[in-house]
Amino acid sequence: MKSAVIVFPGSNCDRDIAVALGRASGVAPEMIWHRETTLPLLDLIVLPGGFAYGDYLRGGAIAARSPIMRAVAERANQGVPLLGICNGFQVLTESSLLPGVLMRNAGLKYICRDIHVRVASTESVFTQGYAQDQLLRIPIAHNEGNYRAQESMLDRLEGEGLVAFRYAACDGSADGNPNGSARDIAGIFNHSRTVLGLMPHPERAVDPAHGGTDGVAMFEGLVAALAR
Amino acid sequence: MKAKVHVTLKAGVLDPQGKAIGNALAALGFKGVGDVRQGKFIELEIDETDPDAARAQIEKMCVQLLANTVIENYDIELDR
Repeated sequence: MKSAVIVFPGSNCDRDIAVALGRASGVAPEMIWHRETTLPLLDLIVLPGGFAYGDYLRGGAIAARSPIMRAVAERANQGVPLLGICNGFQVLTESSLLPGVLMRNAGLKYICRDIHVRVASTESVFTQGYAQDQLLRIPIAHNEGNYRAQESMLDRLEGEGLVAFRYAACDGSADGNPNGSARDIAGIFNHSRTVLGLMPHPERAVDPAHGGTDGVAMFEGLVAALAR
Repeated sequence: MKAKVHVTLKAGVLDPQGKAIGNALAALGFKGVGDVRQGKFIELEIDETDPDAARAQIEKMCVQLLANTVIENYDIELDR
């Protein structure tokens, strides 16, 4: 599986995702600086977490207009899987590659801790390594993770099975929403399920030393689906 | 030409920051403060001198970058 991680000024999870992908696939991803305008032939593109451009204007707003994003959008539209984690999710909504917006957490606080999510759909290259409704413990670290969209769009996401992950309490009940996100949404797909944006950090849960390994199945699932 | 752009949250969009500001004002003893909404103010200097053309240009800037039109409105004011 040949993958690339797009690196923006202020990205800070680019190395973490590179390690996670490298371990799962045996091939180190290419690290591509945001000023590049072309991409090599790839099976997967990742927009990493961090604070691209210091979150100036809005989280992900400036990064979404970076030179490389034209090439990223072009590949995504061709069906190349594209994964945006945390700040990467914000870049995806700012690029209109995913609908809706990520607003300030309802409690106004930056939240950095382990949370639980339920796998809402296994029908994608990103989530096929999980079981339907599987409960995962994965860290979050964000100030703007409060997913919002028009009611009609939320209905559409749910109706078409495009919600990938939902926040849940550790006992599996629904009351585990850390940021006020609409309908407990923690991650969504685009209409073809080839683009995934999620606030939790699966790349920070791939080693027992991380305190959990619930992220491993995402990366091993990607390798199983995309390795040539 | 100088232009001022106000970016504000659309009506109905939850504004927890505005709410926190309102609560702080109440804590300071200011009475009778209703809904508080926080927005952004952006000042631009552009070469364009024709007001209509300037407005059209800034409108494009708002749609493409300055505002996220999913949740935000924008208002353009030109300094003559």
